Amino acid sequence: MRHLLSAADLDRTEIGEILDLAEEMSLVQGRPVKKLPALRGRTVVNLFFEDSTRTRSSFEIAGKWLSADVINISAKGSSVSKGESLRDTVLTVAAMGVDALVIRHHASGAPWQASRWIDAHVLNAGDGTHEHPTQALLDAFTIRRHFRRSVPDLSGFEGKTVAIVGDITHSRVARSNVLLLKTLGAQVILVAPPTLLPAGIDTWPVLVCNDFDQVLPHADIVMMLRVQRERMAGGYFPTPREYTIGYGLTRPRLELMMPGAAICHPGPMNRGLEISADAADAANSLILDQVAAGVSVRMSVLYELLGGAE
Amino acid sequence: MEADQIARACARIAHQILEANRGAHGLVLMGIPTRGVPLAHRLAQVMDELEGVRVPVGALDVTMYRDDLRRQPTRAVGHTDLPVDVEGSTVVLVDDVLYSGRTVRAALDALGDLGRPRAVRLAVLVDRGHRELPILADHVGSYVPTRTGEHVSVRLAELDGLDQVSIEPAGDPDLGEG
Repeated sequence: MRHLLSAADLDRTEIGEILDLAEEMSLVQGRPVKKLPALRGRTVVNLFFEDSTRTRSSFEIAGKWLSADVINISAKGSSVSKGESLRDTVLTVAAMGVDALVIRHHASGAPWQASRWIDAHVLNAGDGTHEHPTQALLDAFTIRRHFRRSVPDLSGFEGKTVAIVGDITHSRVARSNVLLLKTLGAQVILVAPPTLLPAGIDTWPVLVCNDFDQVLPHADIVMMLRVQRERMAGGYFPTPREYTIGYGLTRPRLELMMPGAAICHPGPMNRGLEISADAADAANSLILDQVAAGVSVRMSVLYELLGGAE
Repeated sequence: MEADQIARACARIAHQILEANRGAHGLVLMGIPTRGVPLAHRLAQVMDELEGVRVPVGALDVTMYRDDLRRQPTRAVGHTDLPVDVEGSTVVLVDDVLYSGRTVRAALDALGDLGRPRAVRLAVLVDRGHRELPILADHVGSYVPTRTGEHVSVRLAELDGLDQVSIEPAGDPDLGEG
């Protein structure tokens, strides 16, 4: 594996390897010395053109726990704010001799572009409304652990139903999850108002439904998406209140979930909008497990990309 | 070595470990994957039969501590399993073949990140010589003189269906060695 740009780049075997290795990496969190020497002498640059808390910090922790040198560059406070182009910024950073570039950018396809300009490994940490492959991997890791109580491998995904609910149009998390979950054999149902479904949705390998209450009793995993108000010019739904009534995971809706079903949310949450406090803090909420998984999964991916000979 | 010789070697090593430690107190057996792990379980089994105590058995993967990590494509990482806190205990590292000593060096580094054992010992089924580092095993099943190009192949029933140690000419790099 040279780059990680899309969840579609990964086949079943590779996903299994990444998740198994992430299980090993997760043991490091409980150790007195949270450090493995695998990436000693390697340099990883986090190049973030968009705000991020958990993705950037978990990539940083992941790199540091593997002994890589990690440098963070964000658009604010860098030459990007002086008008430097993506290409110049990427070439400049690469010219310093970095081994991997973790890129988050508001334009879909930016990491793919960067991977064609430089020799270093490129990891997509979220590009526009396109993809966020490490989020899909950490979701799969979290979901697998949830299912694993009975089955110890990837077969736990077969026959399971994952409902992805909310702003599909603007969600790179949804796109990467659809691709990855499909590879793993899960059934995906997208639930959203018609205004928040992208054009061409009929070509995706999913079921689509506008009625949340109809889907809820059939979902093993209910994955709530953040309403991305920063990407909305308005007009997608009448009022936040109406959105919550139709598509929020409210307390009454928790009653509709099947026994053993769990709740996911990639964060940051808009409590009271797409997810109620009751749902976010419920016993079957995996939201904090997702955050913890983020570090393990990113350690695994960094090792897969940078751990061996060039 | 055939199955009966391997069984005798394991029994002897288990005896020696107990003798050197004056019993099973504070002992932890840490097998180095892949074949060190079933060997560690066998030693624990013998100790159980001898003294009636269950000595904790773990696995210590050393992949990320190897000094040749950068020389080949990304290596698959094995499982590390710590049965008890190693702090203050006597850890016996268990591996199938002792060769260059580099695996053991990596294991010592890996162990250091897990805690500070009171002492670390080394038990191997086969010592084939050709050390590249100043490392010596405390307990050895068999000394097997070899040439550098040769390959010592250890098969264990748990993984390979039979117990056997054989020397093969160079050219089968798939089989594990340490």
